[in-house]
Amino acid sequence: MSSVWPHLPILQVVIPLMGAILAAFTRRGATAYAIALAASLALPFVAGAMLWQVLSSGPISYAIGGWEPPFGIEYRVDLLNGFVLLLVSTVGAVIMPFAYRSVGLEIDSGRQAWFYSVYLLCLAGLLGVTITGDAFNAFVFLEISSLATYVLIALGHDRRALLAAYQYLIMGTVGATFYVIGVGFLYLLTGTLNFVDIAARLGDAPPDRINAILAALAFVSAGVSLKLALFPLHAWLPNAYAYAPSMVTAFLAATATKVAVYLLIRLFFSVFGQAVDFAALPVGEIMLLLSIAAMFVASIIAVFETNLKRMFAYSSVAQIGYITLGIGLANQAGLTGSIVHLFNHAIVKAALFAALGCVFFRLGSVSLADISGLGRRMPVTLTAFTVAGLGLIGTPGTVGFISKWYLAVGALDNGSWLLVFLIVASSLIAIVYVGRVVEVAWFRPANSPAVAEAADPPLSMLLPLILLALATIYFGFDTRLTAGVASMAAEMLIGGLR
Amino acid sequence: MTLPLSPESLLVLAVLVPFLGAAALPIFHYIPNLREAVTLVTAGMLLLVVIAIATPVMDGIRPEASGFEIVPGIAFALQAEPLGLLFALVASSLWIVTSVYSIGYMRANAEPRQTSYYVCFAIALGSTMGVALAKNLFTLFLFYELLTISTYPLVTHKRSEEAMRAGRIYLGLLLGTSMVLFLPAIIATFVIGGTLDFTPGGIFAGKADATVLAVLLGLYVFGIGKAALMPLHFWLPAAMVAPTPVSALLHAVAVVKAGVFSIVKIVVYVFGVETLVQAGQSGWLTAVAGATVIAASVIALKQDNLKRRLAYSTVSQLSYVILGVAILTPLSVLGAAMHIAAHAWCKITLFFAAGSLYTSAHLTEVSQLDGIGRRMPWTMGAFTIGALGMIGLPPTAGFIGKWFILSGALQSANWLAVVVIIVSTGLNAGYFLPIVFRAFFRPPGGGASEAGAESDMPREAPWPIVAALSMTAAGAIALFFFPDVPLALSKLMIGAEAWTTTGL
Repeated sequence: MSSVWPHLPILQVVIPLMGAILAAFTRRGATAYAIALAASLALPFVAGAMLWQVLSSGPISYAIGGWEPPFGIEYRVDLLNGFVLLLVSTVGAVIMPFAYRSVGLEIDSGRQAWFYSVYLLCLAGLLGVTITGDAFNAFVFLEISSLATYVLIALGHDRRALLAAYQYLIMGTVGATFYVIGVGFLYLLTGTLNFVDIAARLGDAPPDRINAILAALAFVSAGVSLKLALFPLHAWLPNAYAYAPSMVTAFLAATATKVAVYLLIRLFFSVFGQAVDFAALPVGEIMLLLSIAAMFVASIIAVFETNLKRMFAYSSVAQIGYITLGIGLANQAGLTGSIVHLFNHAIVKAALFAALGCVFFRLGSVSLADISGLGRRMPVTLTAFTVAGLGLIGTPGTVGFISKWYLAVGALDNGSWLLVFLIVASSLIAIVYVGRVVEVAWFRPANSPAVAEAADPPLSMLLPLILLALATIYFGFDTRLTAGVASMAAEMLIGGLR
Repeated sequence: MTLPLSPESLLVLAVLVPFLGAAALPIFHYIPNLREAVTLVTAGMLLLVVIAIATPVMDGIRPEASGFEIVPGIAFALQAEPLGLLFALVASSLWIVTSVYSIGYMRANAEPRQTSYYVCFAIALGSTMGVALAKNLFTLFLFYELLTISTYPLVTHKRSEEAMRAGRIYLGLLLGTSMVLFLPAIIATFVIGGTLDFTPGGIFAGKADATVLAVLLGLYVFGIGKAALMPLHFWLPAAMVAPTPVSALLHAVAVVKAGVFSIVKIVVYVFGVETLVQAGQSGWLTAVAGATVIAASVIALKQDNLKRRLAYSTVSQLSYVILGVAILTPLSVLGAAMHIAAHAWCKITLFFAAGSLYTSAHLTEVSQLDGIGRRMPWTMGAFTIGALGMIGLPPTAGFIGKWFILSGALQSANWLAVVVIIVSTGLNAGYFLPIVFRAFFRPPGGGASEAGAESDMPREAPWPIVAALSMTAAGAIALFFFPDVPLALSKLMIGAEAWTTTGL
C-alpha cells in the first residue's frame, strides 16, 4: 500500500484509461460494464485519499515519468481540484449502477462495449483536465474528453443525436482552438507551460507585454467559456443533453461543464490573477453581465420547453450562470458560492436527469404531455425528482440554498443589493418550470395507457437516484465537506491574487 | 413534576412527532379506522409534549437543541421561548380538535385521496412546530417554506381547474415573496447583525441606522406573505377552495398565524422593540396594517360566499396582530401575542361552522342561511360565539387581545390605531351579525329549501363535526375566563421589566 500512496495522482487518470482499453478489447457489453463499474468505483477512493492528503499536508505535486516540473508534466492537486476530482469521480461511481439497465435499453447490444470504453475515455479526460498542472496537457485531456463526448452523444437512440453531436463537435473544436491559441500566447510570453511557472514568469513580464497577456487571457477565456456553455456560447448544450442517452446526459450535466468551470477558475485565479491586477480588468463586469443574462434568459426558455431533457438542459445553462456569477464577484463568499455550487448543482442535475432516465426507461418519452399523472405510478422516481427540483429552486434544507446563500452574501459584500434581488428573483423562474412538471406529474390524472402501466424502474436504477436525492438534502444541512472545502479553496485563490 | 425526558429531547420530539405520524400514516392506507387513529394519537402525543415543554419554560428555562452548522455561525437549531410556545400550544391543541372534525368531514363528503390528505396535514403541523420553536431565522425560514410546500397539495385537494389555479397563486405568492423579500432580509440581517439567533432585545442595537431598519422591516413584513398584509393578501381568499378543515386549521390558524407569529417574533427578538422605537420608523407599518384591517373588512361586507367572507375577515384580523406590533408598546405587543391565540380559537369555530353547513345542507352562501339556526342550533350557536370573538366582545377570547392592543394604542396616543380599531369593530359587527340574525330570526326559505331538495329538513352535521365546533366554541369562551397560560407566556415574552411599564 505504501508503494501505491505516492502514485495516487497518476492512478486517477490511468485507471479509467486502462479500463477504456480493456473494455474496447472485450467486445461484450456485460464484461465491458463490469470493467467500467470496477474502474468507476475505485476512482472516488483515489480522489478521496488525495483530498484527505491535501487537507492534512498541503498540495500534492507529482512529476510524470520523474521529469521534474517545470520541464516535465506536473500533476498538481490542491484543495480546488482535489474537490472537483472527488466530485467527478463520485458522480461517475454513483451513476454506474444506473447505467446497466438504462444503457441496456437505449444502446444496441453490439455497441455497448464501445459505449463503456468511450465513457471511460471521457471520464479519464475530465479527470485529466482537472488534475494536470500543465496548460498544454490540459488541452490534450480536454480534447480526449470532448471527442469521447461527441461519440457518446451520437450514440443516442434519436437520429437527431447525430446532428446534436455534430453541432457540439464544431463548437467544441472552435473552443479548443481558441484555448490552444491562448496557451500558445502564454508559451511565447513565458517559455513554459506549467501553470505555476506561467503565473510566476508572467508577473515578471515587461510592462509593454500587457497586450499580449490580455490577448492570451481573451483566447483562453473564450475557449473555455464555450466548453462550459457560458451564455451566449451555450447553443450546443440543449440539443446535446436532450438527445444523448439518458445515462450520458446525467453524467455530462454533472461533470463536463463543471470541469470546464474549474479550468476557468484555475486560469483566472491561479494564473492570470497572480500575474496582473485582475480587479483592474473588465473580466468581473463581463462575467457578471453574462451570468445574469444566463440566469434569466435560459430560465425563461426552460419555462416554455415541453421536452423535459431540453427544459433541464436550459436550466443547466442558467445554473452555470450562478457559478460564473461567483467568479465575477471574485470575493471570498462569492467564490465559495461558485465552488460549492459546482458540487451542489452536480448532484441536483445528476438526480434530475437520472429521474428523467427512469421516466424514459418506462415511457420511452420525456415530454411533458406524456407524464400526466405519473407521480402515483412511479412514486419513488417522481419523489426523488421533486426533491431534486426543490434543490434546483434553492429551498432551505437543500443544497441549492447553500449556494444561493453564499452567492447572495458575496453580492452584499460587494455592496450590490440589486444583485441579491436578481439572484433570488431568478430562482422564482425555477419555481415556475419545476412547478409545471410537478403539477402535471402529481396533480393531473393519468391519461395514457403507458402511464397506467408504468411502475418504478428496477432497483439498480432507483438506488443511484435515491442516493442523489438524499445527498441533495443531506448536503443542505451538513456542509462541512462541501462549503467547508469550498471556502478554504476560495480563501487560497483569493489570497493568491495580486 | 419530574419529566421522563429532558426538555431538550422533548423539544426535538415536538417537531419530530408530526413527521413520524406522517411517515406512519401510509402504512394504514387500507385500514381507514387505524389511519385515523394514528392521526389522533399523533396529535394527542404532540399536545402532551408541548405541554411538558411549557412547564419548564414558564419557570424561566429556555431549553434548546441544535444540529449541524450550515454556514459558519448559523445552525439548524430549536429553542423554546414563551411566544413560540404559545403558538405551539395553540396549533397543537387545535390540531386534535381539527382531526376529529376532519374525520367527520372527509367521510361525510366522501373525499378522495384521504391518506395523502392526512399525511400532508401532519407534515404541515410538524412545519408549524418548527416555525414556532425555531431558535434562529434560518430554521424558521426552512420550516416556513416547508409549510408552504406541504399545504399546496391540501389547497389543490379537489384537483379541479379552479383548485389548481388557486394552488398556483398560493404557491407562487408565498414562495415568491419569501424568496424575493424574506430571504434577502435574512441575508442582510446576517451580514449587518452578525447572527440570526433570536435574542431578547434584538440584535440590531447600534449596528444599523434608521433607514436600513425601515427597509429591513419592510422586507420582512411583506416578505412574510403568510401574514397576508395587503396588497399581498389575495392568496388567502383563493386558498378557500380547499376542504373546510384545511381552511380551518391551516388558513385560519397554522399558516396565517405562522406568518404573523414570525413578524411578532422578528420584531421582538431580531429588531427589538426598543431599537425600533428609537429609530422611529414604524409609522408606515401602522398605516399599512390599519388600511388592511379596514379594507379587508369592507371587502368582507360584500362577500356572499361564507368562506370568502371568513377569509377576508382573517386578512383583517391578521393585521390586528401586525397593528399591535407596529404600535410598539409592550402592552400592544402583548396584545398581538394574545390575539394570535384568541383569534385562532374563534376563527376556527367559524370555519368549522361553515364546513358543517356545507356537509349537512350544502350551503355555501350567506344568502342561503335564512332560518338555518333552528335546524342546526349547535352549529349556529357556535358560529355566534365565534362571531362575537371576531367583533371582540366579551365573554369571548377575542375581547382580550383587542383590549390590550387598544390599551397600548391609547397609552402611546397612537390615534390612527385607535380609530382603526374602533371603526373596524363596527365593520366586524356589520358583516357577522347579519348572518346570526338571518340564521335565527328569519323564517326558513329561499336558499335553504332550494338546497334542501333532497332532504326537506337539513339536520345537524355528523357528530364529530358538531363535537369539534362545540369544543372550539367552548374554548373561545374559556380563554376569556381563564387566560392565565397565554397571558403568562405573553408577559414572559415582553419581559418583566417592560411589564412594569404597562401600569397593569
